[in-house]
Amino acid sequence: MRRPVADVVAVVAAFVTFFPIYWMVLSALKPAGEIQSLDARPWTLSPTFEHFQRVLSGENFSRYFVNSLIVALSVVVLSALVAFLAAVAVTRFSFRFRTTVLLMFLVAQMVPVEALTIPLFFLVRDIGTVVPGVGLNTLGALVLVHLAFSLPFAIWMMRGFVAAVPEALEEAAMIDGAGRGTILWRVLFPLVAPGLVATSVFSFITAWNDFIFARTFIISAKDNQTLPAALLVFFKPDENDWGGIMAASTLMTIPVLIFFIAVQRKLVSGIAGAVKD
Amino acid sequence: MTQVAVPTGVRNARPRPGRAFAPWLYLLPTAAVLLPLFGYPIYMLGLLSVFDYRQAQVSGGEPTSFVGLANYLTLLEDDRFWSILAQTVFFAAALVIATLAVGATLAVVLTRAGRWPRLLLSFAAMAAWAAPAMTGSTVWMFLFDADLGLVNQVLGIDGFNWFYDKWMTFGVVGATVVWHSFPFVMVVLYAGIQAIPPSVREAASLDGASEWQSFWRIIVPMLRPLITIVVIQSVIWDFKIFTQIYVMTNGGGIAGQNSVLNVYAYQTAFGSSEYGLGSAIGVVMTLILLVITLFYIRALYRTGEKL
Repeated sequence: MRRPVADVVAVVAAFVTFFPIYWMVLSALKPAGEIQSLDARPWTLSPTFEHFQRVLSGENFSRYFVNSLIVALSVVVLSALVAFLAAVAVTRFSFRFRTTVLLMFLVAQMVPVEALTIPLFFLVRDIGTVVPGVGLNTLGALVLVHLAFSLPFAIWMMRGFVAAVPEALEEAAMIDGAGRGTILWRVLFPLVAPGLVATSVFSFITAWNDFIFARTFIISAKDNQTLPAALLVFFKPDENDWGGIMAASTLMTIPVLIFFIAVQRKLVSGIAGAVKD
Repeated sequence: MTQVAVPTGVRNARPRPGRAFAPWLYLLPTAAVLLPLFGYPIYMLGLLSVFDYRQAQVSGGEPTSFVGLANYLTLLEDDRFWSILAQTVFFAAALVIATLAVGATLAVVLTRAGRWPRLLLSFAAMAAWAAPAMTGSTVWMFLFDADLGLVNQVLGIDGFNWFYDKWMTFGVVGATVVWHSFPFVMVVLYAGIQAIPPSVREAASLDGASEWQSFWRIIVPMLRPLITIVVIQSVIWDFKIFTQIYVMTNGGGIAGQNSVLNVYAYQTAFGSSEYGLGSAIGVVMTLILLVITLFYIRALYRTGEKL
């Protein structure tokens, strides 16, 4: 393949790939009349925030947005801490069943979590009768299940980042008289922080993009819905409110996009590391 | 599994007191989360699948009764289950092939393209990758909307419903899934190609190999372990597809014609309140994925990865 050909293919592919995102944002900004028009144009001369205003003011959208944020950020923080400790265990120690434990983290990533909604529904319902904070209809339940489902991959990925830190640094700290806790939190933790951020993106996305658990666990408590449910509100049996759907979709996509682009480089090296290191 | 022969991270050979417990201490929070919320539900899924568990039992109206493999026998005799299993496998296979073809082609394109086209494509791919499955689904639905969709207006087929015919629907949903998943393949393979020393390709071209030959005879064999991993990872993802089908076809399409195993299990459990039967479908899925995972682990070992 000659370079000019590659350039053209790359630009065309980039255009096609980005087009749906562009169309989403554009449609969110188009006045209702233009969306209803049977002559769609790939631009608009009179952008408007009417759909965003409608979405944000009505249907509890901002509440759902905050709920999604609370769930995703809680998962990110908890998952980072727990995964960091587990990654230290499997990279800095050699112990019986170490390989077995690692393989279990790998196998866990393959389990069809959607199928687990069935037992989890009953589990969460039963837990809720004992601990009200994490039962059905609570955000706590969502945090817990997403924490569980994001951990195996987070540990798998963190393993590469922890392994990349030379042990000499920890040894030096130990010689200087630092205790185990100090070494862990003052030496190792700051050093793997960039990796932790990259790993967090995945945990964030798992929790943020969730559709099925929110749909299954949050049945009657309208106030505890998350974004996907808010999006479905705009689907109407007779005619879909596409302006509203696109505005809501845009609002749902932006946080992930920012997160993703901010850590893009780390992400790629992290994945390459998680796939093969 | 063999014991770890080469301890990668042992600081000193002398075991110190308490040393043996330390790793387990670090793993304690993980265990506290995963055992009750991951391990136990898997066990419960298996357990539910051998019980007659429906709405009456959930509400406590009737006692739950052990039915052995009756749920599985029901599945074996259910034509719908077989046809959904078949179309899940077929759909997943088509998705994997399409994702791989697009991802690999664009990975090669990336290695050849200039700086700006490369950055442009990387950015676009990142955006598609980052977009939540849910919003990706809604945008593609809008693009293919019968009346207001851009696709129909450009093609001049106003009012044509893409979500009426079974295979047409699978096609549109499939395009959405590939759009979401090709960036992963592209990025990983691009990184792999970059890692091949340029001298290898130079040597090939000095020996008179054409571009085509050097791709198939040099790059592909050298990337084989990485390709295997990407393929299996895609198989696992595409076999588990849920959100796109559920959202775009409104829970499985007209009369459930576009259902896949994951959606079918969910609908059986929560739609028809057949929790035992739904669990049995879940177990079947898990077993199939487990077999694929074993291949995956073998492929990982082949790459020489030290666990």
